[in-house]
Amino acid sequence: MNAPYRLKGMTGEWEVVIGLEVHAQVVSNAKLFSGAATAFGAEPNTQVSLVDAAMPGMLPVPNRECIRQAVRTGMALDAQINKWSRFDRKNYFYADLPQGYQISQLYHPLVGEGTIEVLLDEKDEGSVRRIGVERIHVEQDAGKLMHDQHPTMSYVDLNRSGVALMEIVSKPDMRSPAEAGAYLRKLRAILRYVGSCDGNMEEGSMRADVNVSVRKPGEAFGTRTETKNVNSVRFVMAVIEHEARRQIDVLEEGGAIVQETRLWDPDKGETRTLRSKEDAHDYRYFPDPDLLPLELDDAFLDECRKSLPELPDAKRRRFEMMGISAYNASVLTAEVETAAWFDALLSNDVDPKQASNWVVAELFGALNRLGASIAECPVSPAHAAELLRLVADGTISGSIAKTVFEKMLESGDPAGAIVEREGLKQTSDTGAIDAEIDKILAANADKVEQYKAGKQQLFGFFVGQTMKAMAGKANPGVVNERLRAKLD
Amino acid sequence: MSVDTATVRHIARLARLQMSDAEVAAMVPELNNILGWVEQLGEVDTDGVEPLTAVIEQKLRLRDDVVNDGGIRNEVLANAPDAQHGFFAVPKVIE
Amino acid sequence: MAGLTGKTIAELRDGFRAGEFSAREIATAFNDAVAAARALNAYTVETPGDALAAADTADNARNRGDLQPLSGIPLGIKDLFATAGVDTTSGSNILKGFKPPYESTVTLNLRRAGAGMLGKLNMDEFAMGSSNETSAYGPVISPWKRSDGGNAALTPGGSSGGSAAAVAAGLAPGVTGTDTGGSIRQPAAFVGISGIKPTYGRCSRWGVVAFASSLDQAGPMTRTVRDCAIMLEAMSGFDPKDSTSLDLPVPHWEAGLSSDLRGKRVGIPREYRIDGVPEEINALWDRGIEWLRDAGAEPVEISLPHTKYALPTYYIIAPAEASSNLARYDGVRYGMREQGSGGLEGMYAATRAAGFGAEVKRRIMIGTYVLSAGFYDAYFNKAQRVRALIKQDFARAFEQCDLILTPTAPSAAFGLGEKMSDPLAMYLNDVFAVPASLAGLPAMSVPGGLDAQGLPLGLHLIGNELDEQGVLNAGLAIEERAGFTARPEKWW
Ligand SMILES: [Mg+2]
Ligand SMILES: [Zn+2]
Repeated sequence: MNAPYRLKGMTGEWEVVIGLEVHAQVVSNAKLFSGAATAFGAEPNTQVSLVDAAMPGMLPVPNRECIRQAVRTGMALDAQINKWSRFDRKNYFYADLPQGYQISQLYHPLVGEGTIEVLLDEKDEGSVRRIGVERIHVEQDAGKLMHDQHPTMSYVDLNRSGVALMEIVSKPDMRSPAEAGAYLRKLRAILRYVGSCDGNMEEGSMRADVNVSVRKPGEAFGTRTETKNVNSVRFVMAVIEHEARRQIDVLEEGGAIVQETRLWDPDKGETRTLRSKEDAHDYRYFPDPDLLPLELDDAFLDECRKSLPELPDAKRRRFEMMGISAYNASVLTAEVETAAWFDALLSNDVDPKQASNWVVAELFGALNRLGASIAECPVSPAHAAELLRLVADGTISGSIAKTVFEKMLESGDPAGAIVEREGLKQTSDTGAIDAEIDKILAANADKVEQYKAGKQQLFGFFVGQTMKAMAGKANPGVVNERLRAKLD
Repeated sequence: MSVDTATVRHIARLARLQMSDAEVAAMVPELNNILGWVEQLGEVDTDGVEPLTAVIEQKLRLRDDVVNDGGIRNEVLANAPDAQHGFFAVPKVIE
Repeated sequence: MAGLTGKTIAELRDGFRAGEFSAREIATAFNDAVAAARALNAYTVETPGDALAAADTADNARNRGDLQPLSGIPLGIKDLFATAGVDTTSGSNILKGFKPPYESTVTLNLRRAGAGMLGKLNMDEFAMGSSNETSAYGPVISPWKRSDGGNAALTPGGSSGGSAAAVAAGLAPGVTGTDTGGSIRQPAAFVGISGIKPTYGRCSRWGVVAFASSLDQAGPMTRTVRDCAIMLEAMSGFDPKDSTSLDLPVPHWEAGLSSDLRGKRVGIPREYRIDGVPEEINALWDRGIEWLRDAGAEPVEISLPHTKYALPTYYIIAPAEASSNLARYDGVRYGMREQGSGGLEGMYAATRAAGFGAEVKRRIMIGTYVLSAGFYDAYFNKAQRVRALIKQDFARAFEQCDLILTPTAPSAAFGLGEKMSDPLAMYLNDVFAVPASLAGLPAMSVPGGLDAQGLPLGLHLIGNELDEQGVLNAGLAIEERAGFTARPEKWW
């Protein structure tokens, strides 16, 4: 267990209390309440229906897939699924909100309490933390305002207006920026495993409202601030550090924290007031009279459950059961694409432990050099499995395998073909190996003397020379054995 | 509960209704009159009564996830007081 | 009112089918009547071309022999219904010039049934009012005058005041109305015509400018009960675009019409005998009971204990929903924009101040207040609980009876300007109509007779959920017995 995160102030140590409200865009073809498309990057106002533009007399009809995705997400977080929920209107005026209200869920959300397990240190099973999820509700996204197109006007694009969001609200269970970062990464991974959100923070598919307060350890919660729409894990962690420090300074100077909404300025690396509670919104929530209560039946829930894939924690445990190290298992399950690639590799009859080491060391290293994601990996899992088998059955040595892999990355050819073509097969032919050893011993008579006089380290030198002479293709076991026979 | 001019101003602000002092002053007794009248609901014993959720009992229908709308920018913008370059234009918003 | 404009929808339909006259002749007669009746201020937009085009289609269809139920019938459309390319303003300045690129489901259903459109009908702004005096176009003048020799301009009722006046004055054989808390029934009673609000969910609300979503229902207003059945049949139907639309087949109400009420019990709610209601209204109610008894029904006294609380409940829920529904009128995407000062916020406040009239602002204020922080439970949630009790009252009553008879309104039509200064007095107009709205029940007004001033009075029938047929049949029984043939004398 690592030491609790504490911030030092003039008056002693402070604890930071963090809750996150994550808005995750639901993966669906059409919007939550209209048949307009959700795709990113379209021409302004081309993905807008009369419903999204809140024309008089337009009415919302909910999209089954959006509800299904939120339910599946809830199930993936082991959360309470509410078979009876309903939509409420959150009333406020803004140019990106055509109806003058957002259809959301306050009183009866679709998903209730759940949990996310995070590992603060991949190498330490003891660093696991369970972060509570308070609820998930489904709501509409707003449109987009552009302020830089005209000197005196702002422009409104409603393409995003009405796209389905899940708002995933954590409990105030996190106590350090690292925990919040781990929570966010884990949540993102789960959403991507489930396929309910693409997790693309740059495009705004996932953004977090960061609730931060500080207190002396053991004391009651302090007043919190909410920093809105933070769009990267790094920024979330920075917001927490900055905001905790700011609050501590205020409190230690005898001030009080104002419950307020703040904004993260990534350029300045600080938060600033957006609006204080005095002119805070009074959202006047009430049940949306255009929509009936949402009632889900068992068949719907069963289908949602059956459609869930193996989730990161289960997969990690399964990998560990196969003899894969905790660290490797954790790394291999962190991203859905990586896990899928590795699972495909495993299905090709390879040794799990060897395979995991190879992926983590060789494959990741190569992808890193290429600047490629696993999805863009030029080597298929089947080809990689062939390479691993060639090593396992002694056809090539580990060092030759590195060469073969490089050639696979360049050519996309299968490992066997490359080994064949380039004559890279490992040899256990004692005659050939003996001949080379004899030449080396003869050419290095002085070193043989020294070795026999007790300079044992020189054994490695003879192995290296032999391997070099054999162009790396000699079976290292045989080389060792023959050298000992001749020297000892 | 009765409202005063400050409350009326606050409500008018929430509702985005610009009101002169005279309008606010006139609205105070009007609202109090109506609110005083509706407050007779306080007489009704509603303990254990669930608020009505659906006028006629029925289940919410869900639609299929099909894109069958949008692509009508001209219609969307046709009635706009100010449309520019495919956008609705509004007085500049300072964040 | 002679000639074609004096005929009912059934008469026009049947005569047209029999070849007695063409659809073009019908449309022309009504177009002329509309153009000659501008003094009534019933229409805000006249669309004679639309009526003629539909008539020509109908005439051709008759020649080909593929007529639709309303082929040849021109109708007036309340301005709350979106009509593609035709001004749709809900009687409000804030929607001035708004031409929707879409057609409401109800009017589309009527068009598909062969009907043409004579024009858009004046109404209280956003259907908020009971006298049509809140319209941005000015009040509709009732075609009726008191028999006292005075010439006072009377209200046709509201909010469907233009609709009511148009039918009463022969400016349309039938019209659409909408009813949130009596807006079809009270004006129908005031001008001596029939009007039915069906079960909530029968008529799609898609494309109908929203006032209070949980209460709004469209319905027809016509000269006769049969015409109501014909028109309602064409307007109704499941609409997947409205989440509250009832997914049920539309009954053949016209074919099911029967004034034989034997075996039916008619509930007479004792709580509807209230102080201050003119004696002649209670007397008409008693006559109504006798007419239904004569038709074979058995009157039974029933109790609807929470009746008294219906109006205050309504005046919390309807403004609350309206305050939210009307938030979209912000000067950004359609309708009026008033620049104001102070950027976007200033534009909002100025636009809404200039665009909405006094009654709409009043209701937005009430609605905003009852939903605001700290008041939600005391007002809105309390009202929804009382609403549940009111619905329960009806459910219990319908264990004892098949339908309910009451007066439609607590008075005959009043003079323009008489009640505008007192919102509460105005709200009382709907005291008998509102409970059925809160419970989502079908209800209709049929003319019962004239008061001492020669003004029409209506009788009000409330049916159980989905029992429009029962309501129409009882309406027919009253219609046959009341012998109501009075028509306003033409002065316009
Ligand atoms: Mg938030
Ligand atoms: Zn949200």
